[in-house]
Amino acid sequence: MTRPDLLRVEGVTKAYPGVVANSDVSFAIAEGEIHALLGENGAGKSTLVKMIYGLVKPDSGRMTLRGTAYTPAEPRAARASGVAMVFQHFSLFEALNVAENVALGMENPPPMKELASKIRSVSEEYGLPLDPGRMVGDLSAGERQRVEIVRCLLQDPKLLIMDEPTSVLTPQEVEILFRTLRQLSAEGTAILYISHKLEEIRALCDEATILRRGKVVATCTPRDRSAREMAELMIGATLTPPERAGGTKGATALEVVDLSVASPIPFGTSLKNVSFTVAKGEVLGIAGVAGNGQDELLLALSGEVRAAQGAVKIDGKGVGHTGPNDRRALGLVAAPEERLGHAAAPDMSLVENALLSGALRKGLTKNGFIDWAATEAFAAEIVKDFDVRTPGTHVAARALSGGNLQKFVVGRELSQTPTVIVINQPTWGVDAAAAASIRQAILDRAAGGAAVVVISQDLDELLEIADSFAALNEGRLTTPRPVAGLTIDEIGLMMGGAHGMEVAHHGH
Amino acid sequence: MLRLEKRPSPSRFWQGATPILAVVLTMIAGGLMFAALGKNPFEAIRTIFWDPLFHPQFASYSRPQLLVKAGPLILIAIGLSLGFRAGIWNIGAEGQYIMGALFGAGVGLAFYPADLWFIFPLMVIAGAFGGWIWAMIPAILKTKFNTNEILVSLLMVYIAQNFLSSMSLGLLRNPEGGGFPGSRNLSQYPAASNPELIAGTGMHWGVIAAFMAVIAAYILLQRHILGFHIKLAGQAPRAARYAGVNPTGLVLLCMGISGALAGLAGLFEVSGPAGQISIDFNVGYGFTAIIVAFLGRLNPIGILLAGLLMALTYIGGELAQFMLGLPAAAIQAFQGMLLFFLLAVDLLSNYRIRLAHKKEAI
Repeated sequence: MTRPDLLRVEGVTKAYPGVVANSDVSFAIAEGEIHALLGENGAGKSTLVKMIYGLVKPDSGRMTLRGTAYTPAEPRAARASGVAMVFQHFSLFEALNVAENVALGMENPPPMKELASKIRSVSEEYGLPLDPGRMVGDLSAGERQRVEIVRCLLQDPKLLIMDEPTSVLTPQEVEILFRTLRQLSAEGTAILYISHKLEEIRALCDEATILRRGKVVATCTPRDRSAREMAELMIGATLTPPERAGGTKGATALEVVDLSVASPIPFGTSLKNVSFTVAKGEVLGIAGVAGNGQDELLLALSGEVRAAQGAVKIDGKGVGHTGPNDRRALGLVAAPEERLGHAAAPDMSLVENALLSGALRKGLTKNGFIDWAATEAFAAEIVKDFDVRTPGTHVAARALSGGNLQKFVVGRELSQTPTVIVINQPTWGVDAAAAASIRQAILDRAAGGAAVVVISQDLDELLEIADSFAALNEGRLTTPRPVAGLTIDEIGLMMGGAHGMEVAHHGH
Repeated sequence: MLRLEKRPSPSRFWQGATPILAVVLTMIAGGLMFAALGKNPFEAIRTIFWDPLFHPQFASYSRPQLLVKAGPLILIAIGLSLGFRAGIWNIGAEGQYIMGALFGAGVGLAFYPADLWFIFPLMVIAGAFGGWIWAMIPAILKTKFNTNEILVSLLMVYIAQNFLSSMSLGLLRNPEGGGFPGSRNLSQYPAASNPELIAGTGMHWGVIAAFMAVIAAYILLQRHILGFHIKLAGQAPRAARYAGVNPTGLVLLCMGISGALAGLAGLFEVSGPAGQISIDFNVGYGFTAIIVAFLGRLNPIGILLAGLLMALTYIGGELAQFMLGLPAAAIQAFQGMLLFFLLAVDLLSNYRIRLAHKKEAI
């Protein structure tokens, strides 16, 4: 297979104050090739594709597209040259319909009727059925992604960049997406596929470029390598998977009975009759595509959203009607997904943020007066135990990188000798080594007798640490099942299958 | 080209230095304005900042005025700053100030002419209650019906003003006043008066209350979990709910404290410097205190200094009108500049200015 190169990137370097995001990066994508860009969080993948898409200008180095110099000054120029991108976070208006959203992203949108029929024909041609008249607010995450993809396909791109496209999809939806991408590739469209999910890359991609700390460390053909080999190239070290102490299950610590609450979030998902129990020493993993009630479940368990008294029970005591501090007093700690603004106050120091949720269980106040010395010691303890990289405990939370703040937030909750732990997305944005240590810390608490609920969109993570498994789908929770013996198909069906999206594949 | 770059953490140096820089910039810009008006800028600035305290002829009159004017401003601003920190916007301190004065004076006058030791303490309680209850109206409407406290508290000011005129013309009118509007003069009723405590200083109980409020607010914000929750609710409301802060309770508390302190300021004013309830009793302390609160960047010590500075520019401004014939509008523009520069240079504590070497798209 010697196809001509579509895009060549040669010696590209980009530095930000204090960090070199890309250093002398070179690689090439052939016409019609599916090329993986692989690396941990912070390895420089995003900066690299932003340069290709014209969002960021490289400091040095050059790019060529079909042999001619390619220097897009802005995304519009990149699109004009045939480069399109689907972002990890969608830029869609929920209160507008599909066709209106697509029209907003076009330079010269055709009349609505014509556009709607175009959307319909393109989406059917590529096996991504979409109704142009539907409100985006009513679509599932997978369907929203289709809107973004169709928006790109209408521009007839030569190169399609996809940033972590499967993080919001069920396994079945991933299959549909891959079929579409393969079809595009067969028609000659090159795809730059960014991910850190190794099995997906092995299944889909022709070539892979592996980045570590801003540098290209390897290129390989994913089919010829094992996932483990690629992971070690990506991390630059051998990985030790977390160990489980063979904990025995104890009495029920957390019981949720028929919990129904309305979502406090606009366009949120209300919880409908959620029931489960978690025993002492047990880890319950809750999967689900983003936006199916994960945030609401955390709020209802932490006490930020109130429910009926009997809907949430800690050690048999009904606490559904109480607030966060009453539940903390009974041993429940919670770590929300959103670090800045929810789990931590951005402009406050780490010391103040340690006080935020630790005041009660760590006894940091006396008659309401704050013991700052003890609070500082607590913050320093978290920084030390969880390897938070920071110049000190007096810096503002917003000054920490996402991964380091995540370690701080999770560490703060786990350091309070909890009996019930609820965590949403425990390792989101954390590098592999730190993720492993967070998972190990969670397992250690479980081994020590804590009941743990982990809500995550990372299936591999859940299968690694959970004893039992359930999935949230449109605010409903499936009946928890033991992890042992679950197949990926069963998990996919628990997560809602393909969310009713039928596969109408052309020519299949 | 200049470019702003966000600092990772707010700069402690600039947090302290920006008010001084703002005063200097105001003096320069104000001096240019005075020069454009044909006055000697150095003389004008000396008249505003120096003469009220040290002029051989006028200082004996104007120096005590500094504390008399700064006292209520500081007392009200301290209360407002707690709410502002929590994102609760009580704009109606002027009305709470009036109601505090009416409640307090009403209690005092009810005892006239008895000479009992507990009358003044009772008036203090009544004054605080009057301001508190007036602030509770927007607070409860907000927590029960989700109304906007900015609008409701502001509109309550106009209701209070009408109360004030009807009281000074009716119920509280001095029966021996020959039909003139206005109540009996409380400064001539020793059991209910708030006299100058040390002659020639302007120091009265309201000023002492203001200093105590500064200290209490400082301790609350630095050392107490409630102060921490107030700051947290203002900076990150969702994190505050996660920390267990009850938003309804916080609204009632902050509105209540600011209302009670404004009511106290009104009571001390009516029983001291003003002396009586009259139609034009209120002179805008409740609104100026909003400026003082922000000028002091919602920090108790800052508010203490800002209150004194604001009082100084008022007294100095009057002096400059009278001595140099400067128009009142020029003085107001000068005071406006002070606030403008303060808010503008405040940027430096969170951002640093960089020279951008080349155009860059991020």
